[in-house]
Amino acid sequence: MDVHAEAFKEEAYELLTELETSLLELEERPDDSEVVGRVFRAMHTIKGSGAMFGFDAVSEFTHEVETAFDRVREGMIKVTPELISLTLQARDKILELLDTGGDGKDADARRIVTEFQCLCGCGVSTEAVVAVAEDSLAALAGSQERRRTYRIRFKPVPSYFANGSNPLPLLNELREMGESTVIAHLDAIPVLADYVPEECYTFWDIILTTDQDENAIRDVFIFVEDQCELIIDVIHVAGELEDNEEYKRLGEILVERGDISTEALNEIIGNQPRLGEKLVQSNAVDQSMIDAALLEQQHIAKIREKDQQKVKAVTSIKVDSLRLDNMVDLVGELVTVQARLTQKAENNQDPDLLLIAEEVERLTTELRDNTMSIRMLPIGSTFSKFRRLVRDLSRDLGKQIEMTTAGAETELDKTVIDQLNDPLVHIIRNSIDHGIEAPDVRLANGKAKEGVIHLSAHHSGAFVLIEISDNGAGLDPEKLRTKAVSKGLIAADADLSVDECFALILEAGFSTAEKITDVSGRGVGMDVVRRSIENLRGEIGITSKLGVGTTITLKLPLTLAIIDGLLVQISEDFFVIPLSMVEECVELSREEALLAKTRSMMTFRGELFSYISLRDSFAITGAPPAIERVVIASVKGEKIGFGVDQVVGQHQTVIKTLSNVYKDVVGISGATILGDGSVALVLDVNQLVLETTHNG
Amino acid sequence: MATAESSETNQYLTFNLDGEVFGLAILKVREVLDFTSITRVPQTPAYMRGVINLRGSVVPVMDLRLKFNMAQTEKKVNTCIIITEVELNGELVVLGALADSVQEVVDLDSSQIEPPPHMGTRLRTEFIKGMGKHGERFIIVLDIDRVFSSEEIAVAQTAGMTTVDAA
Repeated sequence: MDVHAEAFKEEAYELLTELETSLLELEERPDDSEVVGRVFRAMHTIKGSGAMFGFDAVSEFTHEVETAFDRVREGMIKVTPELISLTLQARDKILELLDTGGDGKDADARRIVTEFQCLCGCGVSTEAVVAVAEDSLAALAGSQERRRTYRIRFKPVPSYFANGSNPLPLLNELREMGESTVIAHLDAIPVLADYVPEECYTFWDIILTTDQDENAIRDVFIFVEDQCELIIDVIHVAGELEDNEEYKRLGEILVERGDISTEALNEIIGNQPRLGEKLVQSNAVDQSMIDAALLEQQHIAKIREKDQQKVKAVTSIKVDSLRLDNMVDLVGELVTVQARLTQKAENNQDPDLLLIAEEVERLTTELRDNTMSIRMLPIGSTFSKFRRLVRDLSRDLGKQIEMTTAGAETELDKTVIDQLNDPLVHIIRNSIDHGIEAPDVRLANGKAKEGVIHLSAHHSGAFVLIEISDNGAGLDPEKLRTKAVSKGLIAADADLSVDECFALILEAGFSTAEKITDVSGRGVGMDVVRRSIENLRGEIGITSKLGVGTTITLKLPLTLAIIDGLLVQISEDFFVIPLSMVEECVELSREEALLAKTRSMMTFRGELFSYISLRDSFAITGAPPAIERVVIASVKGEKIGFGVDQVVGQHQTVIKTLSNVYKDVVGISGATILGDGSVALVLDVNQLVLETTHNG
Repeated sequence: MATAESSETNQYLTFNLDGEVFGLAILKVREVLDFTSITRVPQTPAYMRGVINLRGSVVPVMDLRLKFNMAQTEKKVNTCIIITEVELNGELVVLGALADSVQEVVDLDSSQIEPPPHMGTRLRTEFIKGMGKHGERFIIVLDIDRVFSSEEIAVAQTAGMTTVDAA
């Protein structure tokens, strides 16, 4: 059995267990819509994923049960003990189908289906039957982008500085494009007496490995084009050279660069083993030229090694994730102890102790980063899992869809990746089902017959952005609005921006598809997505253009276990605000603070934004200080100010989960242990903002 | 259920709350700590005193005196935190309980434990497993799972929220 099917089965077992407990709960509290929703979601996920992984019997069978629960959810039929016991029987049947791979057509299964249909009061048949997909298609190979290595010679004219140009930003820009080695040629710099400070004597060789093309590199130099000599050559393409083939020899590189002519080189090449020395001795080239060429060799070697490592890493490491979790816990404790040591050392003012504390701090930080990096996995394996799904699903729906990916090597914490699977399944399913149009519709609209779903991932600061975009029909904000009004999700006169209209698809019970299909359309998928992403401390962004396509962006933190935080104080209590969300800190006088408090708004640098006094929100007693500090955080692009007494400073925060006892507390996402051993609470900024906007 | 438990153990840790002696099945007790600084968690009722750092884990601490309608526990020389393992929603949760002082571990046969009286105690009878007779004294044997049952916490929580809102 292939890996994905195995993974599905494992997930299905979990869901079935959850289903059982939810059903039993429902029996006790038949009117709890939250539990009905849970039952429904579990079945919906089993059905959807089942269809994708070729468990058609499971999917079809579950569809019947789900239909019944859809009616319960709509309040059309009541939860009765009979329904519960029948559903429990159905649950056992699903388990059986999973284990035995039966076709779900035996007498027992048919009896359950018929009874469900009786309960529903009508004979809903399995109209949405999934065609069995042939298993002949081999797993599609990941379309890895071609990474190229360029050699760039950037030689500014001597009067370069006179125009106010600065070469450094350009070099930095190049560095950001990929892995690079920069060599400065300084030989032309004269002795101090002859030195004209306004002239540029230096030129640079840059060896750059990037997935961008030559034009992108030329664009960097676009404003100084006429003030420099610029030569760009491709010297290496990933996968093009056999790995055992040696890279160009030193002489070849020099000739290629035009630093020496072939004739001159041939003249010099004798039997000497060290070509470089010989060349310099004979004054054919400068030492710096040789160094540069040697660096090029090294750079290529490094790139190749990395390429190979990528292949190796996937095959060779397999550690029980529990062990890794233990290790992360231990490192977390070490970080805490180290913070105590540092604090103690600072209090004692013993220089020797301080030195040791600093050393320990450096090592701990390195250890922390290394441990965290072990937990990092490339997202590529998750991406490739969806190829088969896209193929099968699009075939079932009679659509032609191609899936492309980018940034498959982007790394994310294992826990994040594990929890990302479900939301991605839902999003892709929605794209295929609602987003991309049928081929004839596409042709009629002047689009290519084949639709494209593009998955991409890239880093952005302490976050990873995952984008799922399709070139389908796009979202119609007006239609979404009307739908939401008719579903009673928003008031008829609600004033919504276009983005807010898009966000409606994430609401529970929202679905725009007219027909319920096997794939999606019951309005459960996207609310699951929102919840999972919020659990990961992430954000969802939706952009869409009618007729052009939709892009859903998931912004996720790199890791969940340890974050950089800003430690703040209110009276005697300490709180941590995730640093990634903090924009800046400002001071307010008591009058300004009072005004901000009464209006729940503050102005800063001519901007007006929400203000929350944490002292009030958390009902902390004690007198506020004369000058209040405000930490300005940015949530979904919107600013919000948090009033606190003191900003203590940056704090490496090892996040500890709060006991379940506190699961209903709003605005606190966890706790951390401070240097003195006391506990500080970690703020859930997203939730606080949500709470404030709801109450205000 | 009762028979299964009594066969497990008949040892109880006794502790003091406002002059009264209470008993806690020893199997429920993980350890006893000295009083340490407690970080208050917002939006929780007063008897949920907050969280402490227990060798790197964050553990909630409850004030049993407040829970039993006595005055709040003040820090004294003998004040301590009893770390217990409580079953909450079928999950084992580690909770700390404040006590004025811890006394001793006593053996109590099931024959020595009488059913709780229906009146005359300050705390609600469903929290009491029975009255243990030890020498001349009576020990109130607590059903700690009941004391911290999720329903109890949830109800108290909403009550706590409303008082905060009112203030």
